[in-house]
Amino acid sequence: MRALTSFRLWGLAPAWVLMGLTLIVPVAIVAGVSLADRGPYGGFDWALNFGSYREILFTLGWTDELEFAPKYLVIIARTLGYGLVTTAICMALALPVAYVIANARAGWKPFLVYLVTLPFWVSMIVRVYAWLIILGNEGLAEKAWKFLGGGDVDTFLFTNGAMLTGMVYSYIPLMVLPVYAAIEKLDPALLEASHDLYGNRWVTLRRVILPLTWPGLSAGAILVFVPAIGTVLEPMLLGGGRQMMMGTLIQTQFGGGRNWPFGAAIAMVLMAMVVVVLLLNARRAAAATEART
Amino acid sequence: MARGKAVEVYNVSKSFGTYQALDQVSFTIQENEFFTLLGPSGCGKTTLLRMIAGFESPSEGAILLDGQQIETLPPHRRRVNTVFQSYALFPHMTLAQNIAFGLENLGWDRRRRRDRVAEMLELVHMTPFAGRRPAQLSGGQRQRIALARALAPEPQVLLLDEPLSALDLKLRQAMRDELKSLQKKTGITFIFVTHDQEEALDMSDRICVLGQGRIQQIGTPSEIYEDPENRFVADFIGETNFLEAEVLELAGGMARIRTPFGLEITAPQKGLAGPGPATLSLRPEKIGMESQAEGHLLQGTVTGRNYMGGFTHYTVDVAGQSLRVSRRNALSHAEGHAPGQPVSLGFRADSVRVLAQ
Ligand SMILES: Nc1ncnc2c1ncn2[C@@H]1O[C@H](COP(=O)(O)OP(=O)(O)OP(=O)(O)O)[C@@H](O)[C@H]1O
Ligand SMILES: [Mg+2]
Repeated sequence: MRALTSFRLWGLAPAWVLMGLTLIVPVAIVAGVSLADRGPYGGFDWALNFGSYREILFTLGWTDELEFAPKYLVIIARTLGYGLVTTAICMALALPVAYVIANARAGWKPFLVYLVTLPFWVSMIVRVYAWLIILGNEGLAEKAWKFLGGGDVDTFLFTNGAMLTGMVYSYIPLMVLPVYAAIEKLDPALLEASHDLYGNRWVTLRRVILPLTWPGLSAGAILVFVPAIGTVLEPMLLGGGRQMMMGTLIQTQFGGGRNWPFGAAIAMVLMAMVVVVLLLNARRAAAATEART
Repeated sequence: MARGKAVEVYNVSKSFGTYQALDQVSFTIQENEFFTLLGPSGCGKTTLLRMIAGFESPSEGAILLDGQQIETLPPHRRRVNTVFQSYALFPHMTLAQNIAFGLENLGWDRRRRRDRVAEMLELVHMTPFAGRRPAQLSGGQRQRIALARALAPEPQVLLLDEPLSALDLKLRQAMRDELKSLQKKTGITFIFVTHDQEEALDMSDRICVLGQGRIQQIGTPSEIYEDPENRFVADFIGETNFLEAEVLELAGGMARIRTPFGLEITAPQKGLAGPGPATLSLRPEKIGMESQAEGHLLQGTVTGRNYMGGFTHYTVDVAGQSLRVSRRNALSHAEGHAPGQPVSLGFRADSVRVLAQ
């Protein structure tokens, strides 16, 4: 017991140092900046000023009174909303894809899994730019539509739909892989048992497949939701920056907005949201394991 | 009592690619019958069962359930339930939920469901465990729940694929009796798959012996054991001695033959066309053995002995032929016959079966 404790303390020291330097120190700095005074030309001056956090909810009126202003709350809500929608679409699409991979012939499986991970070999920016070409004016999508005899359409690019398309595209491999692993573990005899006991496909999906692949689905949901609410590229490039999201908001505050402390405060809120999601998930997972045994 | 036909299988064949798993299989199972499919590994038992359940479809032929053709019905539309070899209990549901699953899909109301689940738990002596999950059960308990789950919806036919093979010997024996009495109690037709001949002989009303994708024989346990129709059945069920012999004359169900020991006897025959070479089957327990060198028909020498507790199996050399003889150990610590000892053997002519080669 003692030996184990001392190993945790000293044996893992390199890991602690690495974690400290790459994770804890930077977060501490951002937290510090969020409390600092705004510098006149960007940058900041150290202080203990909660003004940046107040700014998220209130504006200063003409006579210096605080007025509730929901404009940043709207951005936060929108970010969460798009995060959830992205996650839901990824789930709906990943299930059949993962199912097909899991039921493919043994020789094909590694190849299909490789295909799913293929996009990660290309830089994210390049991939998002590719969607610009696909969805843009006279882009591939429009040409294909016209080729199939479709009439004139408004460009899809720079709409929320285009942004969602990009987000789903970017993060869906993170959903497919854990769901595939979960389906792979599913005993086919259980599906047969469900059919045998008068369950049609829908009953089997709802009462057997979904509950038993839920660990994979929830892991995938976390993996998709967390980066989706912090995303910058898709809203900026594909959504045309028309609708501010938390990621783009932070980016503008450190860039054009020249308000580092406010950007840092938003970043802290984003991180807090991620932490809450992870904690909720950990609690749910623990409860689920408890119920199993 | 006239009973209806529960399952009819007509000329069913099944191939996987070029491999013929089942070839022209036909049989009829009566209502309330305990029908066993018995055969060596890979002979197509599971395939046949899966076709009745609806998980595979026959390449040729027809399957009727209660007079209705069902080959095109999906599994969830057949009033047939399966006890899977691995039990396939839903791990995320309690035992009660497992049993209720089929009833919910059939649209039973809550009250009727609850009563039926309680009744089934009672039937398999698992009432105190209703709220547990499958992972918290022993193998035998899981087996009972799998049985209760499959019986709950009152299927016309219950399919059981080697349900006892995962259990240890003692439990297996106890479950045999329990299964049999359950079948009588519920009056449901059972189709039971096993490769364990003892299980088949013990439990079945009728046994269908499958070999190489074909039906070798269908009959009651004693018919299968005592009157095998061919060499495959005689060999697969129980132990036997095969002897090459010559048929001299056929008369109805009997044949006059010359045995390798030079004796001429008249014995029951199956499937012989006429005089010529044939195979004799003689079960080891049907051979009498004495220690004195004379008294019986044949003289021989004990060459091997296997002590089995209740029985001792001997190998006896008779004029260059090796015969297996089995003796019941009626007395405690009886000495039996030691290897090297001369013995005399005898058997009744009507214990011999003459089979086509
Ligand atoms: N899906 C399949 N594809 C190809 N061949 C199959 C398939 N299912 C079964 N077979 C083959 O058909 C034959 C019969 O298989 P089956 O499972 O019915 O045997 P069994 O009598 O149940 O054997 P066991 O006692 O070992 O369970 C086997 O040779 C098997 O390899
Ligand atoms: Mg089998």
